[in-house]
Amino acid sequence: MQRRPVTPDSAKNRKVAILSALLVASMVGLAYASVPLYRIFCQVTGFGGTTQRAEAAPEKTAERHMTIRFDANTAPSLPWIFEPVQRSLDVKVGAENFAYYRATNTSDHTITGSAVFNVAPDTAGAYFNKIECFCFTEQTLKPGQSVEMPVSFFIDPAIMDDHGMDKVLTITLSYTFYPVDKPDSVSSSGKTSTETNLN
Amino acid sequence: MAHAATAHDDHGHPTGWRRYVYSTNHKDIGTMYLWFAIFAGIIGGILSIMMRIELAEPGIQIFHGLAAMVYGGEADASIDAGKHMFNVFVTAHGLLMIFFMVMPAMIGGYGNWFVPLMIGAPDMAFPRMNNISFWLLPPALGLLLISMFVEGPAGAHGVGGGWTIYPPLSTTGQPGPAMDFAILSIHIAGASSILGAINFITTIFNMRAPGMTLHKMPLFVWSILVTVFLLLLSLPVLAGAITMLLTDRNFGTSFFVASKGGDPVLFQHLFWFFGHPEVYILILPGFGIVSQIVSTFSRKPVFGYLGMAYAMVAIGVVGFVVWAHHMYTVGMDADTQAYFVAATMIIAVPTGVKIFSWIATMWGGSIEFRTPMLWAIGFIFLFTVGGVTGVVLANAGADRSLHDTYYVVAHFHYVLSLGAVFAIFGAWYYWFPKITGYMYSEAIGKAHFWIQFIGVNLIFFPQHFLGLAGMPRRYIDYPEVYAGWNMVSSIGSYISAFSVLIFLYGVFQAFARKQKAGDNPWGAGATTLEWTLSSPPPFHQFNTLPVIR
Repeated sequence: MQRRPVTPDSAKNRKVAILSALLVASMVGLAYASVPLYRIFCQVTGFGGTTQRAEAAPEKTAERHMTIRFDANTAPSLPWIFEPVQRSLDVKVGAENFAYYRATNTSDHTITGSAVFNVAPDTAGAYFNKIECFCFTEQTLKPGQSVEMPVSFFIDPAIMDDHGMDKVLTITLSYTFYPVDKPDSVSSSGKTSTETNLN
Repeated sequence: MAHAATAHDDHGHPTGWRRYVYSTNHKDIGTMYLWFAIFAGIIGGILSIMMRIELAEPGIQIFHGLAAMVYGGEADASIDAGKHMFNVFVTAHGLLMIFFMVMPAMIGGYGNWFVPLMIGAPDMAFPRMNNISFWLLPPALGLLLISMFVEGPAGAHGVGGGWTIYPPLSTTGQPGPAMDFAILSIHIAGASSILGAINFITTIFNMRAPGMTLHKMPLFVWSILVTVFLLLLSLPVLAGAITMLLTDRNFGTSFFVASKGGDPVLFQHLFWFFGHPEVYILILPGFGIVSQIVSTFSRKPVFGYLGMAYAMVAIGVVGFVVWAHHMYTVGMDADTQAYFVAATMIIAVPTGVKIFSWIATMWGGSIEFRTPMLWAIGFIFLFTVGGVTGVVLANAGADRSLHDTYYVVAHFHYVLSLGAVFAIFGAWYYWFPKITGYMYSEAIGKAHFWIQFIGVNLIFFPQHFLGLAGMPRRYIDYPEVYAGWNMVSSIGSYISAFSVLIFLYGVFQAFARKQKAGDNPWGAGATTLEWTLSSPPPFHQFNTLPVIR
């Protein structure tokens, strides 16, 4: 095997190859950068039913009424009973409202959980503002303990100006509680079931 | 002349297995890519025929028996394993055909063979990188095949999540190692393609013969240039996304885990940011091939050369901003959907430029219906059918009812299985005499074309009806109302399987009878540089660079 001498051609080739490789590297970077960018994008635009946070409700309320329905779920690995205290509320757009959820730890040990949330339809996320929510923090329940957890929210009156929302009269607020501080990673739980099945 | 190529000639070249394993010759590597594509295509084809046998009638026909045979156990107890196995076949069929058949054939095979020849270059810019690009593929294929035999979901084998591998089905849904094997397989195949893409870009930019300006390059070279840019920009995003899947699965990250603040929909965005350019990667070299063939057998230069070249560039550029039309159902607001509908439909404009330019090339030409020309005209017709259903699907409103039905299956098989594959076969017959030096039998080639044409249309045209009637894709079974057209579709698949046997026989027969093709079997219409060389071309060509005027 003989080495090709370094010619002006090969220097030129190397330059193009390096530029191409940089392009590849920057696209990988962009793929990872999209993770925080996507999160910010969802928070800002309410994309995917991401709700907004606000300090206080607006001073004026609007005339439109909407029905807010409440939904509660728990991950199968969390031995809690989690349910909304009221199934639905009739609210005035712009007014601050309170709703309550109840969680009960049915196991014999202390468990910490945290809730993820969104609203349906997804497009309502931009107008659904939470002032206080149990979902902003983790919740810890002792064995058998039951708590009522408040959420205060209002519907942004800007919803009246969005014609895409004209036919939306009902918004569903949904929570799912997941356990925290538990080795609930994909592979570990999966491996266990794998082993049982192989036996 | 005082150049490495001459020095290389002096000490001869490696023979036997070393010629291929150690190969740095673009023609040998291209040949290996073509054989590899045929091999992977046959496996992928067998998988699809199994699926069609299964779907010929309602109920479960063969997969419980197949699962029992492959994975052990009693056939009657293997119903669930059989159902999963069907999904594994769907997934593997898609991945095989995309990453291991169409891409290696078009870019690795024909690209390697004819890009240097057409631009008057002695070889690719980085011959050793070319070698590793090819040799990464067999291990990647091996990993994908292994994934079919190791545990996927608890108690079942293989990846059954579709080629799109959406989480959470690809993370918590299938915790076994099968998904990891598949992900690594895509990683390696992706690395191979990226290296190949860098090689092509450098070759096309730096190694054109004197006088071969960008605006004089044959359209096939243009198509490869656009394709490799798409590869360079889109594949790293897929690599990033599946790496996130891998770390979500194995190392406790939560990119796509909703319980920890991740979002599974993000994967869909990343996947389709790659996936949509990917479908153009599959079809663009076909556009280039068809342009060469149509021009050759009409004995006319391509109509609207610059328009043809920049139409491909436009398709490539717009292809990056339409990805969410694959995910109208994730809950985007109406304005976003309207944008993606409009952007998607705009792609019909440059595509229309291409279709009409091909027709205008034929118009008034001295047309010769040799086998490659039949495939090219077949391509134009079938691709147009697939394009029209694509415009239908681009409508977010219509997509609500057609999403994930057989209508979509029919659409993308019309543009890929019938479009891209017809281009590959057209190129095969067009360049076979150049690659091997032997002439194929015109009768066998034409029989292959007509039988395959009838076969694939029988498979996929009825699937439009099934989709419009609401039959969802990726299920092993269906209600009895869908039985009729499914039977027709299955019969079509047996016919096209038979046509592949004719193809293989034709290849065998051409090698057996050794009828010399001559340097240029196609006459005055074949104007590109490869026809100025002997058939097969010498091991090293263009030691004196040709000058293009």
